[in-house]
Amino acid sequence: MTTIINKLPITTPSVVSLKNFISSISKMLILPFIGITLFLMFWNIAAQNINTSLGQFPGPQAVYEQFHSLYDEHTAERAKADKFYERQEVRNAARLEADPTYNAKVRNYTGKETFFDQILTSLVTVMSGFLLAAIIAIPLGIAMGLNRHLNAAINPIVQIFKPVSPLAWLPLITMVVSALYISDDPMVSKSFLNSLLTVTLCSLWPMVINTSIGVSSLDQDLKNVSRVLRLPTLKHIQKIVLPASIPMIFTGMRLSFGVAWMVLIAAEMLAQNPGLGKFVWDEFQNGSSDSLARIMAAVIVIGFIGFLLDRGMLQLQRMASWDKSATTV
Amino acid sequence: MSWIKPVKFIAKKLALSIAISATVVSFAQAEKIGFPEKEELKFGFIKLTDMAPIAVAYEQGYFEDEGLYVTIEAQANWKVLLNGVIDGTLDGAHMLAGQPIAATMGFGTKAHIITPISMDLNGNAITVSNDIWAQMKPHVPKQADGKPVHPIKADSLKPVVDSYIAKGKPFNMGMVFPVSTHNYELRYWLAAGGIHPGYYAPHKGDTSGQLEAQAMLSTVPPPQMPSTLEAGTIFGYCVGEPWNQQAVFKGIGVPVITDYEIWKNNPEKVFGLTAEFAEKYPNTTIRLTRALIRAAMWLDENDNANRPAAVKILSQPNYVGADYDVIANSMTGTFEYEKGDKRAIPDFNVFFRYNATYPYYSDAIWYLTQMRRWGQISEHKSDDWYKDLAKKVYRPDIYEKAAQSLIDEKIADAKDFPNFATETGFRAPQSDFIDNILYDGTKPNAYIDSFKIGLKKEDKL
Repeated sequence: MTTIINKLPITTPSVVSLKNFISSISKMLILPFIGITLFLMFWNIAAQNINTSLGQFPGPQAVYEQFHSLYDEHTAERAKADKFYERQEVRNAARLEADPTYNAKVRNYTGKETFFDQILTSLVTVMSGFLLAAIIAIPLGIAMGLNRHLNAAINPIVQIFKPVSPLAWLPLITMVVSALYISDDPMVSKSFLNSLLTVTLCSLWPMVINTSIGVSSLDQDLKNVSRVLRLPTLKHIQKIVLPASIPMIFTGMRLSFGVAWMVLIAAEMLAQNPGLGKFVWDEFQNGSSDSLARIMAAVIVIGFIGFLLDRGMLQLQRMASWDKSATTV
Repeated sequence: MSWIKPVKFIAKKLALSIAISATVVSFAQAEKIGFPEKEELKFGFIKLTDMAPIAVAYEQGYFEDEGLYVTIEAQANWKVLLNGVIDGTLDGAHMLAGQPIAATMGFGTKAHIITPISMDLNGNAITVSNDIWAQMKPHVPKQADGKPVHPIKADSLKPVVDSYIAKGKPFNMGMVFPVSTHNYELRYWLAAGGIHPGYYAPHKGDTSGQLEAQAMLSTVPPPQMPSTLEAGTIFGYCVGEPWNQQAVFKGIGVPVITDYEIWKNNPEKVFGLTAEFAEKYPNTTIRLTRALIRAAMWLDENDNANRPAAVKILSQPNYVGADYDVIANSMTGTFEYEKGDKRAIPDFNVFFRYNATYPYYSDAIWYLTQMRRWGQISEHKSDDWYKDLAKKVYRPDIYEKAAQSLIDEKIADAKDFPNFATETGFRAPQSDFIDNILYDGTKPNAYIDSFKIGLKKEDKL
């Protein structure tokens, strides 16, 4: 498409602007459309030629149908939940009549989590884990960037833990959480805490490193300004260090977030913690004829959410950063 | 975890409160048993059709009728499930009959687990890969129509195993857990056909169970059995349904024998919870037992009339999740061996009849005798030791309270239960085993000594 447009003779300014317009449209819409169509065709053909012991590999059509049935299951489960709450209400009232001392309370629905609940669980988990990591990593990174001695002391530890797959941590985290997190009426469940801490551990290191590099590579001129003005340490960090290192901090955060999302799915699969990863694993275990199509539906959703999260972080980075050139896609 | 709070519920509250006054909910039985001390419970299960009573008790509202709000959660494997019950993440679970016994005895993780109710009889089968079946088939006796005579004994597998041993290749098989029914059934079948399945020697730290073995048995989680067989890691396995029928559907293996043919009406799964739980929450324990008894009754009602509905429940992804047809094959009274060779076994899955739910001491003792036979109990114990341990784990007293209250409320019929006044907890001696050896639960040591292959009275590895 672009090549044809390039061959158009450039005569008048209006033709030039038209050419630019067409080329930008083709870049934004037509080419991705062609790419996706080709991919779907290729997928369809490939799927027809792969026979697994669970039947044919799902093509786009089968996956599309599963999205529908997942949605239907979701609405059916919600209807069941409403009935559950109604029955519970009746039961509580009857019990109160028989036993006035009874402390009636509304219990959450005990039925299964639908696909959409799992998506929400995964999102909440990844966000919380990521926030916890940011709360630890950014101050630590700033301290390391400001102080060479501290940096020298902590850097080896960071370098050693950075390449460890967080999945290796998972068994340790599980055991520690079940040993230390004991409460009769826990605020959050243990499995949620396990996934959260795994996410935290993996998103910690890129953030620490990027923040400390951003802070330590602070322009000497800026440092001099601060010195001339005799800014106290906290003011120095607030007015000079933070604004200057924001691009690097955000780069670190974006990197971490991508990793965090990937790791969360794996951790949920491995530890059977609620979320999309568990959905995938459960379907694999079920081995029904729909399982593969449902897993494929989950794969697409996981990819799409990962993409949206990354774009969200990018948008945030653009808003927070003064250096617009640092935030390319 | 549900992040979606009951929002709509609040809106409906007013309208409902009017409806309540008109609704009659009977809490009459509450005067006798008392309200449950713990109302929110979490039960674990493994994806097998014999978890049906738990799913049915939930879906039919039997748990709610008892005032129990139960969440049911699939577990990755039997060890994770047991640990969940021990550390309190789970309040109770669908367990292998051997698990509460072994845990209480201290083989593996030690914890006092009790069982107030048995969950089912039979329901397992042994499957071999297509390749092994092809090698076995010439040795299997045939009927007039050319189909194999059932039950197929391990005698026809023996030449195949011998040829592997001669070639120096290990003959690997899968079972689901060291103290699982499947392990003992597979061992029983192999040993009855002259194939040594190997000893355990826990006192020497050997828990692989492969000492002196001709067939090497290892642990594989049930849902992974078919894929492990397909990968060639194991040549055969013993597992519960639907994982044998799954092999037929996938065309990767052939079930050769069901456990119904190895030991007719053998006790299989139990419901396990900690002794601490039962002591702390006695009413809750009786109430959950009541719900499970009702579910079992529903499953066997009117000659299995409810089975198709049960299969529909089980095929939901949050329960067993396999295809309806795969589960229906065994749950509705038929079993497909070689593809196309479908035979009627009406008692393949029994949940209630033949006193299936009553926790017999003699059932526990049978498992103990097999643990001794294969060395999991490393030294000789007295008959009384076996009986005392069985009484510590199996709790017919809880079962009887639950069943009696159901009888009193006319929900159940007394004739469907053992006579509680005279019941000793020991079944009459049984001889419906594939090798016809008589089992008398009151004489465990004599029984242990009656096997050709296996540890005897004074043997110690």
